[in-house]
This record gives sequence, structure tokens and C-alpha cells, in this order.
Amino acid sequence: MFDAAQAAVEGALAAGATYADARVMSGRTESMNAKNGAIEDLGQSESSGLGVRALIGSSWGFFASSDLSAKGARTAGEQAADIAKASALVPGPDTELADGDAPAQVHWASTYQEHPLDDVSLSEKGDLLVSVTEAMRGVKGVSLATASYAIWDTEKWFVSSEGHRISQRIIECGAMLNSTAVGDSETQRRSYPGIRGQYGTSGWELVRQIDLPGNAVRIAEESVALLSAPQCPEETTDLILGAEQMALQIHESVGHAIELDRILGWEAAFAGTSWLEPEKMGSLRFGSDLMNVTADATLPGALGSFGYDDEGTPAKSVPIIDQGTWVGVLSGRDSAARVGIPSGGCVRSDGWNRLPMVRMTNVGLLPGDSSLDEMIAATDNGVLMDTNRSWSIDDKRLNFQFGCEIGWEIKNGERGRMLRNPTYTGISPQFWGSMDMVGGPDEWTFFGTPNCGKGQPMQVGHTGHPSVPCRFRDVRVGVRG
Amino acid sequence: MTKPSGSGEAAMALCDQVLELVGNRAEALVRSSAGQSSLTRFANSCIHQNVSEDTSGVRLQVTVAGGRTASAATNRTDTGGLSALAERALAAAALRPEDADWPGLAEPEPARGEDHWDDATAGATARTRAEAVGGFVDAGAGLEAAGYCSTSWGEVAVANSAGQRLTGRSTVATISGIQRAQGPDGKADGSGDFSSARLAELDAAAAGRLAADRARASTAAEDIAPGHYEVVLEPDCVSDMVQFLSFGFSGKAHAEGTSFAHPGEGQFDPAFSMWDDAADERSVGLNFDAEGTPSAHLSLVKDGVTGNLAHDRRSAAKAGTKSTGHATGSTAFGAFPMSVIVGEGQSSVDELISKVEHGLLVCGFWYTRILDPKTQVVTGLTRNGIFRIDDGKVGPAVRNLRFTQSYAAALAPGRVLGIGNDGRRVGGYWVPSLRLADWNFTGGAQG
Repeated sequence: MFDAAQAAVEGALAAGATYADARVMSGRTESMNAKNGAIEDLGQSESSGLGVRALIGSSWGFFASSDLSAKGARTAGEQAADIAKASALVPGPDTELADGDAPAQVHWASTYQEHPLDDVSLSEKGDLLVSVTEAMRGVKGVSLATASYAIWDTEKWFVSSEGHRISQRIIECGAMLNSTAVGDSETQRRSYPGIRGQYGTSGWELVRQIDLPGNAVRIAEESVALLSAPQCPEETTDLILGAEQMALQIHESVGHAIELDRILGWEAAFAGTSWLEPEKMGSLRFGSDLMNVTADATLPGALGSFGYDDEGTPAKSVPIIDQGTWVGVLSGRDSAARVGIPSGGCVRSDGWNRLPMVRMTNVGLLPGDSSLDEMIAATDNGVLMDTNRSWSIDDKRLNFQFGCEIGWEIKNGERGRMLRNPTYTGISPQFWGSMDMVGGPDEWTFFGTPNCGKGQPMQVGHTGHPSVPCRFRDVRVGVRG
Repeated sequence: MTKPSGSGEAAMALCDQVLELVGNRAEALVRSSAGQSSLTRFANSCIHQNVSEDTSGVRLQVTVAGGRTASAATNRTDTGGLSALAERALAAAALRPEDADWPGLAEPEPARGEDHWDDATAGATARTRAEAVGGFVDAGAGLEAAGYCSTSWGEVAVANSAGQRLTGRSTVATISGIQRAQGPDGKADGSGDFSSARLAELDAAAAGRLAADRARASTAAEDIAPGHYEVVLEPDCVSDMVQFLSFGFSGKAHAEGTSFAHPGEGQFDPAFSMWDDAADERSVGLNFDAEGTPSAHLSLVKDGVTGNLAHDRRSAAKAGTKSTGHATGSTAFGAFPMSVIVGEGQSSVDELISKVEHGLLVCGFWYTRILDPKTQVVTGLTRNGIFRIDDGKVGPAVRNLRFTQSYAAALAPGRVLGIGNDGRRVGGYWVPSLRLADWNFTGGAQG
């Protein structure tokens, strides 16, 4: 496979590229979902091909093909260079690449105990989904009980004109269940372990750890109870967020805001920009003193972990927020060069046919010294919310309104009535500035988001979010239409 | 580079090869596709990402005794790859439990209408797209431009072991972008876009001028109080509404009780009609669905009365009706309308505005998310232009607002005060501007 990548790079250089790299990727995927005790969909796919990137002047040219012959690969490289040349009709400043480590020539593989495709039978996986949906469906009032899993087994071979020669194999998987109760005028849903499930760079052992069978009935009962629970009141109050909702909060209001390509305007028309300005990095106040965030691609088992990014930069941990001060970004070699920093090693693509771009790795909040129980005990009036249900945020990643599946009233230091349709809204720096309690290491969980959309053509990224429960003061909750 | 074959014969040959590999071991449905997708992306007024890919693949669904069904896909189209595909799908199907609701395969039936195809679009080059980008950027006359120009073509064949055989092909071209003008408190954006099966129908410079005019007009935006306002929504907004509403017309969602739609009831304003028609010349894409069923003309709302639901074979069988040809290929997703056309009115957008005493003109929505499919309550923000309307005239720009609004309620009887004659294709749908009596803005984007 290295030979095809090498031929593509040589084709691009011969056609005029000043830099070129190529990735051959081969992947297998499998997904299954069940509804109300029966399998609905079972799909398996395999795909292999080559993507080559050529730099000429201000623009990348990229061409992808499933033809892995030497001739086909070289032609792909030539095509990439020709596409880059056409960009000169609307040119900009030359694109530079930040210097990186010495080009590596290595193999890296993620670790796992049970290969989710080869070591676990389809029957066992299907039985798990069927049984948990049957258990949820057995709860009176549940209309829809669903469960699903997804598995990715990806191999990559990367070659660059600077001498990189890196192969990787990454195994990822995860699963989820959810229960929906349908009322006269609305629906209520509960999901476990979260709206997107729980996914990691892991084997099937992750699915066993999250214990879908042990949580199915509780989740089903909660979905039914929500139909008759009182509405979350509309007020400004103290807000405690569970770790799963915190993962979404981090993803949307921190993770995307710190993408350097967004900050530089490269995503302005589609994903949007960022309220962060490069010249304020190192001094801007993002949140309270308790806010410490890193982008760490080296965390074992987390969904945003890998050995090398798709430019050949080794995985690393990048400080993002240090005691409330914004200090770092997610970057690749081209974006990093624009602001004079080393690449953060955050450039990835979702397949051989997509241009690598800045993606979140494991953007997470470092644990503090509190706990969910302590937060509740320390709150006179407030709302506890968890499990994301809806998410909306503006194009600068500043104004957000998020809805959760479930809430509870907090009165005089105790968890009270269940609340339905809980929502909250805020502005990022004010919201994060109001964070006054952060959960400790015992509650630190690596949530995985397997469906982060970005780019044109759209790419679906796999990101991780280490997270803990947190408390925020004076937040507007209960916004409704 | 892959070139169009012109007839779909190559794609159908792959289908036949796979059907032969499966033989009489299972009922089989094969979908084969080939094409090319290219996109030229610009930001900060220069092209920075320029991509193209050859696409090809085969998807096989097999059903063995007892309705046990599994699917598999590959982009390996050599004999070894196709043989492995067949064996993998058969092995997976054998491990599944029986499915009493298996609806069987589509019977032979021709598709309606002509292909949405244009040779010039299929043959577009990186230079062609770059020229369109240049037209958009230059129209900004110094503003900061960002967006993309894309062209794509695809040829698809579907065949099943019940004898259904269809081929189709389509092209799509889009220019979409924003212009950004510096104002006293940051950059103000305006957008412009066109999309068609025919690249020649895209006026990149006109899109760029519209975006630039909007951006310049938005540089001195002022705050207004959140609350309920009469609105004129431009087609970008209406397309977003149609997308969420379309999920409610899923036969599966309706059967599961999660849809807002009640066929036969007057849920919408009598002025409002919409339908789905993949064969209409304003649509793009294929005239048949993932199961090989020709896509029927589907009246969704007729003079305010909720009409038909979209079905795949499974939801149709449960409802005691026929598939409408809107299958997505996923049992979990079911079927829903994907080529929706909203009936246009007689008024220009200026005439719609002229009837508004006090209200807002909204050019686009952003990051909309549904809170509950049954109520159709959606939250999102305005983006790329929002302006006051006073005494029938467009006034100053206002800063972006967050809304929390039921899309179905916004179109309820008495709420649709006017429909524009400015229909255009946005996001897969043909939609005009709408004048609506009430829209619930729940906050300012700045806090």
C-alpha cells in the first residue's frame, strides 16, 4: 500500500506540486440497530482507496480514487496538482507549512481486548440489542425502544514528499440504547449512555463496560415518567450539568471555537468562524479559574486518540484553557504556520476520499475537586440536567441554547422532582465564567462523539470529550417556544 | 478520471454480476453507482481547498428464508470483491432472526420522467469551477468572500431478483457563498446561492452581488427586543422549515406516533400547499428510491389539508398501502419526501414586504435543531441578514436573534399571509418566500 501512496506523491511532484502527501486507507465497518425486540438494520461495508493532496501556491488540490494500481495512483497525484493549479485563478497568499518533527517511518496500532468484528459473533451482538429493547419495551408506556452499535476497523498508509512513511490501524466501536414514550401532544426520550451512545478507540470490551442490560429498564421508566413530570420552569437559577451534557457543552462551545481554521476564516461560509481572535491567545479570559481544558490525542481508549494525524504529526496533548485563560488551539501544519506556532497534530479526514482538515482530538475538561453529590448539597435553588436532546449554537460559537432529556429540581441541597423539557441558554465566556464547582477524578469520563460534521464536502469526525459534572451560577433555563 | 458512460449499462452489468453470484440462495436487491464529485472552496476571497473524487460502489441486500435480511457494501468491483460481498451478506442474513414483516422486493415498474442530467455539468473542470468562484468573489468588489462551487454527476442502476431493473443519472451544480463587510462592531455577512442540475443556470456574479448588498446593508445592525414578530422569510429559511416538516411525513414516524402529521386534517393555512415530485424539472437526483420503486408524485399538503405520507415497502405494508418510492435504504430511517416543492404565490418578495406594517425580513436560519418532532418546535438563529420592516419598507439591519418556534404552528390556518413567486432550489427543495403572521424570537445572539 505504501507503493501506491508513493506513486501518487511522485505524480503530484512531477506535475508541479511543491509539497504532496497521500493516504491509502482500507476500512471495514459494521452497524446494527434493533427496535422493539427485532433487528431493523444490519449493514457491513468495506472500502479502500487513495487520497492525494498537492500544494501549489495558496491552495491545496486533492484527488481521490479507488484505483490503487501504480498508474492509477500516479494519475491521481497528477490530477491533484492540476486541480491545485486551477486555483490560481482566484489566488491568495502562498500556503506555508509549519515545521514538524522529523518525518516518522513507523507503525502504530490502537489497543483492544476483543476485536469487535473478529472476536464477537454477529449473533451475540444481535442478541444484546434485541434483549435490551425487549426489556425497555416491557415497561408500560414505552412506545419505541431502540438500541444500536457501530464498529470501525481502519488501516492507513501515509507517505509525504518530506519522507513520512507511517502506517496505522485504529479499532473503534460503541453502542447505545434509547426509549421513547409518546404522549398526546409530545414525545419524551431517554438515552443511555448519552444521546450519541458511548464510543471509543477500543474493542468490544467498551460495550460490555457500559452495561446496556443493566440500565435498560431504568432508562425506559424515566422516559415514561417524563411525560407526566412538570415542565422545567423558566427562570434564572443555578445549573448543574451531568457529565454527558458537559461533554456536549465542551464539544460545541469550546471544541469548535478553538479550531484554528475557523478562527482564520477558512470555514466562514459553512461552519462559521469563532469569537476568538489569534492575537488574544494567551491573555483572553474564557472561563473561571476552575476551567482547565486540553486537546489530548494520546488518551488510551478515547475516541479522539490516534498515533499520528493525517499529516504525519505525532499525537500530542495541547493545553487549551489554563485556569480560565485561553492558551491554545486545534491546528494543522498550514493553519499553524499562519499564526507562527507548531502544528497541534489535529488534522484528520474521515476517509480516503476526503481532504484532511482540523478536527477535534479529545477536547476535555480536566477534573476538579468536587462531585455531583457535593454540588447538589451545596445548591439551595437550582436545576440538574443531563443527557443532551437538542443543541444549537451561533456561527461564532458564542450564543448557545441546549436542551436536555431530563432534569431535576434542586431545593435546599437535595434532588427533588423530575422536570421535563429542560433547556438552558447562555453566552460562552459568561457561562464558563460562572462555573464554580467541577467534578473530581472519580467522575472523569471519556465520552465519544462519532458524528461531528464539518467541511465541504461534509466529513463526519470521531471526537472525544473527557468530562465531569459541573455547576454554573445564574443561568437562564426553561426557554420554550 | 471516471467518465460518464451515458447509458448506465456498466452499472447495470455490475448489478447483474452480483445477482448471478447470489443466484437462487436469496432474494436480492443490488444498487450500483459510479460518478464524480468535485468542489472548489474559497475563503478570505481566495481558493484554498479544491477537491475531486471518483466515486463507485455496490450495495447488496439479501433476504433468506423467513425474511432474514442483511446488507453489505463495497467499492471493490472486481470479481473477487463482488464475490466476497455476496458471501458476506448471505452469511450475515443467515444469522438474523426471522422477520415476519419482511415486505418483499419491488415488482417491475418503470420510473416516471426524464433524468436530471446535463452533459456540460458532468464535464465541468476545476477551471470551470474556479471561474465561477472568481465571478462571485469579484462581485464583492473588495469584500471578503467565502463559499464553494460544486459540480457532480452520478449514474445508478438498481436491479432485484424479482425482475425490477432501473437506471438513472443526474448532475448537480451549486454556487453558494457569503460576502463579509467590516462594520463598527465586527463583520456583517450576506449570502447568495444558486443550485441546479445545469451549471449554466448558475449566475455566480449575481449570487455574489446579492451577498455583497446584504453584507453592506448589515454593517450598522441594531439590537431589537426579542418577542413575537410578523416575518417575511426568504427561501433559505423556508427550505429549513420544509426539511423538518418532511420528516413528519414519514409513514414510519406516523405509525410510531412521533409525527405531527394528521392526514385529512386542515393543519396548515389554506394558502399553503406542498408536494413531492422527483420527476419535476425543478428537482434534482433520481426518479426512483433505494428499493428500486419509482418515486410517485406525492401531495403532502393541499390547500392547507395534510395529505399523503411517504412510504417505503415496509411502512407501506404495515399501513396497507403501496410504497410511494421514497425509501432511504435504511429501515431505521424509513421513508420521507426528498424532492419537496412548495407552491408559489403571485407576489414578488417586495410585494410581500409592502404589506407588513411592522416586522422582520429574515434571509437565513442557522443551526436549527428540533426539540420535539411531535410539536415541531425548533430552536435556531438568524444568519446572513435580518432587517426591520416598517410601513412596508425594508429598514435597518438588526443583530441576529435566536428563535424557538413550532414550524407547524407557524404555517397553521390564518398564519400564512402571503407566498412569494420567487421560488428557487435550496437544499434539495423548491421553495418561495413566505409572509407569516407570527414568529417567536426568544433572545438576542449576543446575550
